[in-house]
Amino acid sequence: MTLFLLKRLLTFVLTLWVASVVVFAVLELLPGNAAMMILGDTATTESIAIVEKKLGLDQPPLRRYVAWVGGLLRGHTAQSISYDTPTGELIAERLQVTLPLAALSMALTVVVALAAGIYAASRHNRLGDVGVMAASQLGIAIPSFWFAILLILLFAVQLQWFSAGGFPGWSEDDGGGLWEGLQALLLPAVALAVVQASVLARWTRSAVLEVMREDFVRTARAKGLSRRAALWGHVLRNAMIPVLTIMGLQFAFLISGTVVVEQVFVLPGVGRLVFQAIANRDLVVVRDVVLLLVAMVVIVNFIVDLLYAVVDPRLKSSDA
Amino acid sequence: MSFGSRARRHPSFVLGALLTALFAGAALLSLVWTPWPAAEIDIPNKLATPSAAHWLGTDSLGRDIGSQLLVGARTSILVGVVAVLIGLVAGMLLGALASARRGWVEEAVMRLSDFTFAFPALLSAIMLGAIYGPGLMTGIVAIGIFNIPVFARTTRAAANTVWAREYVLAARAAGAGPWRITLDHVLPNIASILIVQATVQFATAIIAEAALSYLGLGTQPPTPSWGRMLNEAQTQMFQAPQLAIYPGVAIALAVLGLNLMGDGLRDLLDPKLARRR
Repeated sequence: MTLFLLKRLLTFVLTLWVASVVVFAVLELLPGNAAMMILGDTATTESIAIVEKKLGLDQPPLRRYVAWVGGLLRGHTAQSISYDTPTGELIAERLQVTLPLAALSMALTVVVALAAGIYAASRHNRLGDVGVMAASQLGIAIPSFWFAILLILLFAVQLQWFSAGGFPGWSEDDGGGLWEGLQALLLPAVALAVVQASVLARWTRSAVLEVMREDFVRTARAKGLSRRAALWGHVLRNAMIPVLTIMGLQFAFLISGTVVVEQVFVLPGVGRLVFQAIANRDLVVVRDVVLLLVAMVVIVNFIVDLLYAVVDPRLKSSDA
Repeated sequence: MSFGSRARRHPSFVLGALLTALFAGAALLSLVWTPWPAAEIDIPNKLATPSAAHWLGTDSLGRDIGSQLLVGARTSILVGVVAVLIGLVAGMLLGALASARRGWVEEAVMRLSDFTFAFPALLSAIMLGAIYGPGLMTGIVAIGIFNIPVFARTTRAAANTVWAREYVLAARAAGAGPWRITLDHVLPNIASILIVQATVQFATAIIAEAALSYLGLGTQPPTPSWGRMLNEAQTQMFQAPQLAIYPGVAIALAVLGLNLMGDGLRDLLDPKLARRR
């Protein structure tokens, strides 16, 4: 068990490190000079030199990389070029929208997908199963940002129950509040969850069906357990392992989905931050946001690895 | 039963193939004919409702929606085909290499593809867009890179089962080297799996292209693209909500068709699996 955890921890740290090298190297590949790109063609030599110094471009790449990662490890982030504040502060502010949105849609996804997937498996090849499968096939085909637009058309334009976008903030001083904030995140979360839940429901269904064919389930049924008791007592726990894997992989799509849906609903999250940064040629912000998003994906998959050990006690002894 | 007659009896394959044919047909048609030039601006006729002249109406610049949808299909197919080919060729090579060499090569390829999964196409496109500026190529490359690990994993997993077969052992005993075996035995036997995967990835690529174009990171004006049409439609949502419907329906139908066809192909090419489901 300890060895299993240590191995996973090592992979986790290595992955994060490689990710930082890749992000740094890709943005380093920049043709020409970053300072020139930020300032445009009309910039004077003096202003380019000033920006270069500000960005630390007068230093060799390795030293800049070490300064960047060293700063991150000590909790210091570089100054954003366009905002003139540390990127850490900017990102922390935007995460107050992005994290609750991702969490809300993940929660919706899991609830809907597990319910639909287990229901479909228990009605295998009957009308309920066919219905869930058809609906999920449709859910997968609909791009989340288009579904988001449809939700706005229905609930904001036609029914006028929700606003078409924007975020009032969590604090009542800003004219927002907990309820107002949640209300603004509800439609975006639903839009994100529809696609994710469709994918996950299909996996849940096939994982449950797979386990239901196992000998130990037949034994449990032969012992006199009802179908329902066998399902809840034996099947689900075993079916959770592949489902957890898919959830981990889905998180990467959820993160990119969040970035897109934030644009649709004009939510001030990290997605909008990075698009404004691209428009402003603020490479410092792009670099730190991309690394943060990759890190979130890696961290979630690390947690999934840890959850395997909880769900499947066999891993504790055998895979060590 | 022959493949053809089994295929005709598979309802989701038939539906998927029909939708895909419609999608490909629209793209081909746009090469020779569109009702109006897709990029032609006609301000006096802006936001026209459907009529005999403009079957689906016009957008905020008076451009014909139907013509833009037809040309948009072409854009989607171009991005999808090139991105899937990038992923297929590079991923198949890596996967076949991992399977033929095993050991540390396999470990390295697999860790590399694990790692690439942490970079969804969108993040690559954000970085590439920040450096080279957004555009069609940015989108294709970003989606293509994301496809490489998908195909590398599929190829390796499928190739490993072929390598365990007796006929491969026989070929090895006869003195065939790893590359000869890969070319003569492994690749022909996993081709059907790769075709199914390519169909599904094509569908994913269409959604990704639409999302990138919606965000302004993909196809740039004046090239029509379904994603950008949705972006432009959103600014007119209160005046002309119908503009936000057509491109979305087009994307959903194209993706649905490819996914259904992929599922159908999987059943048809692997009857064992079909019976089990």
